Amino acid sequence: MATALDVRDLSVRFDTQHGNVQAVDSVSFIIEEGETLGLVGESGSGKSVSSLAVMGLIPSPPGVVTADAILLGDRDLTSLNAEALRKVRGKEVAMVFQDPMTSLNPLLTVGRQLTEVLEVHEGLSQREAYQRAARGLGDVGIPAPEDRLAAYPHELSGGMRQRVMIAMALLCNPKVLIADEPSTALDVTIQAQILELMKELQERHGTAILLITHDLGVVAGMSDRVNVMYAGRIVETADTAPLFDAPCHPYTQGLLGSIPDLTGVAGEDLYSIPGQPPDLAELPPGCAFAPRCERARDECTAAVPATLEPAADRLSACLDAELLAREGGAR
Amino acid sequence: MSAPLLQVTDLCKYFPVGRRGILSDKRRVLRAVDGVSFDLERGQTLGLVGESGCGKSTTARAIIGLHPATSGSVRLEGVELTDLSRAGWLPYRRRVQMIFQDPYASLDPRQTVSSILTEPLSIHRLVKPKERKLRAMALLDAVGLNPRHIDRYPHEFSGGQRQRIGIARALALEPELLLLDEPVSALDVSIQAQIVNLLGELQERFNLAYLFIAHDLAVIRHLCDEICVMYLGRIVEQAPRDELFESPRHPYTQALLSAVPHPNPHTERTRERIVLAGDVPSPLDPPTGCTFHPRCVHASEVPEERCSRECPTLVSSGSRSAACHLP
Amino acid sequence: MAQANRERWDLGGTQMETLLTEVARFKGESLWQDAWRRLKANRASWWALVFLAVFGSVSILAPVLPLPSPTAIDLQIEPQPPVAPWTELGNDGYRREYWDLNALDEGLVSLRQSVFGDWQFSNWLGTDAKGRDILSRIIWGSRTSILVAIAATICSLLIGVSYGATSGFLGGRIDNLMMRIVDVLYSIPFIFVVIFLITIVNEYRTELEDNWGINREVVFYVVIGAIYWLTMARVVRGQVLSLRETEFVEAARVVGASSARIIFVHLVPNVLSIVIVYLTLTIPAVMLFEAFLSFLGLGIEPPKVSWGLLAVDGAEVINPVRIYWWLIVFPAAAMGSTLLALNVLGDGLRDALDPKLRGKD
Repeated sequence: MATALDVRDLSVRFDTQHGNVQAVDSVSFIIEEGETLGLVGESGSGKSVSSLAVMGLIPSPPGVVTADAILLGDRDLTSLNAEALRKVRGKEVAMVFQDPMTSLNPLLTVGRQLTEVLEVHEGLSQREAYQRAARGLGDVGIPAPEDRLAAYPHELSGGMRQRVMIAMALLCNPKVLIADEPSTALDVTIQAQILELMKELQERHGTAILLITHDLGVVAGMSDRVNVMYAGRIVETADTAPLFDAPCHPYTQGLLGSIPDLTGVAGEDLYSIPGQPPDLAELPPGCAFAPRCERARDECTAAVPATLEPAADRLSACLDAELLAREGGAR
Repeated sequence: MSAPLLQVTDLCKYFPVGRRGILSDKRRVLRAVDGVSFDLERGQTLGLVGESGCGKSTTARAIIGLHPATSGSVRLEGVELTDLSRAGWLPYRRRVQMIFQDPYASLDPRQTVSSILTEPLSIHRLVKPKERKLRAMALLDAVGLNPRHIDRYPHEFSGGQRQRIGIARALALEPELLLLDEPVSALDVSIQAQIVNLLGELQERFNLAYLFIAHDLAVIRHLCDEICVMYLGRIVEQAPRDELFESPRHPYTQALLSAVPHPNPHTERTRERIVLAGDVPSPLDPPTGCTFHPRCVHASEVPEERCSRECPTLVSSGSRSAACHLP
Repeated sequence: MAQANRERWDLGGTQMETLLTEVARFKGESLWQDAWRRLKANRASWWALVFLAVFGSVSILAPVLPLPSPTAIDLQIEPQPPVAPWTELGNDGYRREYWDLNALDEGLVSLRQSVFGDWQFSNWLGTDAKGRDILSRIIWGSRTSILVAIAATICSLLIGVSYGATSGFLGGRIDNLMMRIVDVLYSIPFIFVVIFLITIVNEYRTELEDNWGINREVVFYVVIGAIYWLTMARVVRGQVLSLRETEFVEAARVVGASSARIIFVHLVPNVLSIVIVYLTLTIPAVMLFEAFLSFLGLGIEPPKVSWGLLAVDGAEVINPVRIYWWLIVFPAAAMGSTLLALNVLGDGLRDALDPKLRGKD
């Protein structure tokens, strides 16, 4: 399978007058065509910032983005100037944001926003663009799409708006779709619809999806591979099923343990990771998770743990990775 | 068995919306809460689940007097709360309290934690003034925060810590009943677990009754003894926890449970799902008959199109009830 | 139900007393302190603040400074150009001539005389056609501006904030009515009202002064105050309307707070930041308005000084033959720099008090 997106050693630093904040630290990942990569983490983990950096949307005065390479297909996005990057954005890499209320322009009709994408990237005439837009809305399951083109965002429900966003993102058939918490702001029954829709569209178009979320249930259902992020670094990478069955990093373990879920014994105390997520401006030395980790020992704070490969196709930034892999395997 | 601590009967809250017609006095009415009834025993946790617009938050606010109820009755150990004036409510503030959803908006940014926690004490003249701060520090300790931080400001705490402060404030008056309006929805997963555990501990320690409002079924399942499922202002199903999760009777409950993603890739990908069609209807314009029928997969099974004509009432059988025409 | 006599929960509070001593170590930084810190960090605003503080002090201390009298007339043919301080620092031509000063100022002037005798600064900024020292007139004129600013501020604060807060808090029909009144007042062109009132005061000047103690100046200050509370009322009402629905206000209600407590403990402090910003932006407008009115002859009258009158003096002697630049440049510079400083400060305050930036380092 060909690689749709290959990010190598991406880092994002924000230089503020009160100090530097390393929001993303040496993040690397690969998404194959037609695959879904889940990027999991809590607030402050750097997952959204990573995706914005890939799209080239980090504002440059405070933000400094460095990367060895960001390969989209065979083109390196870091070598493109602003003009060229604009052409790529929306056409080959598209993004769906979390809150459809604020990510659609309230002053323009839905149709206008969709056709704008087409006019800019494919130079279609207005008429052709409107036809394509109507078809796009139909593809995402919006009934009576031609009528909907004249609607304003506030006239649509949350689920509809998110569908419009997805339609807008997929209009030019991008190779990579970045979905930043696409269903978090929606009701759970609507969330189910949107996720089904995304899966369907992926099968049809072969789009690679970078799915950013904090919801492990969504990750379990949608992604093929998972990256877990903490304090700006990737702490674990694995295929989905092995990650859930036998996590090789204490943070992943803690995260999985603290979700109440619909199966299992109800009413018992949840496992909760002690402490708070760290302040990115004042990261602890060595492993950022060490202050909250039961297994932490001196070597953990001495230096940031190297990324180990405890099993085939799995990466983990924990000194105990292999130990955990064996424990998990035994279970 | 003693009388329940809280008895809500046929509670309704309607909001008039839109302009008055020139000729008539009719205005459109938003039926946010349309006949909700349940009982809550002392020390028990009742969950109120539903998606946005179902009226669960409005129900809580009507119970605690923030919105005056349009009709219906709310009784706290026999005393009717709906017709209390603001002054009449004052003694009951010490028995019923509320925890809010957004930790970033529920604390006054200009007050120190000390002011926030001693405010209820001074309003109700509890505890000698000199000892109020000490009491506030003890409250901080009880919710797992460092009492030495008593003179700090809310913006110096994280989301989870702020929520703990909100909990401490609710506990300051030593209530018997707590209404929790989505207390963990705005928090990260790992912090959610901490707060959920804390709520459980506090309930045991102080024998509190909880009315727990949420949209996250997994969290509900963890804390609640009994659960009411709401849809468009009405309760469509009510059951003890295990029964609800093992054999939900109402099609909406079934769809809701099915929609929750399981954090287990093996089951999540292969399980059968019920995906509802369409959007949640607007509460301003609810469907006729059973408000759920346009999205219900079973509506066609009921003869004579009863679902679109007649609104089902809650029918009890044993400890549970459901509002559905299906046999 | 013996609720009042319930036993207190056992929260284990006995050890808390020992921790009291350590609390000071962890004391937090309030939003005001945070805002002050950020204001100080903003170079432009900081210098604006310093400038205003210095200017304000000089203005207040005017009677004590060895300035020439602002009203001592020395009829000459034409205005004298500025004399640089390094050429002539001072001379001994002081004449104690002022309008009716109040007791405090009289005392200060006496103090000044006893310290400096007949010595006064030379005409560093030149004189006008009547021989009056420009520097002195600028400084004494600024006192009027400050008075006007204070009058407008007090009116805005007292009337505007309470009107707006009440209207916003009560909401509904009362709010509607109160705001419609504001709308009506807003639509009145104030220049006409001012002219009207002042003309009346002039007509019945002696009567009013003798019987009621109302003189033109009082009318003037009242009118200025009457205009400028309207915007404050609107702004405060808007803020209060949105704050009313926040969760912390709901929480205060749930805990049993009375309306008065909610308004004064919760709403007003959260509205103050916007009030302060608006004040610093209103004051320049007020000063300009006063200058304008005085320029038209409707405001301060000679022998008193105001910046508007200085502009009149400057305008009087404009002629194509001789350019008495110091009569316009210096008063304009004084006024311009003060207004600029106020605006810069207002901008800086708005940034410093912005809730989105608060607590963020």
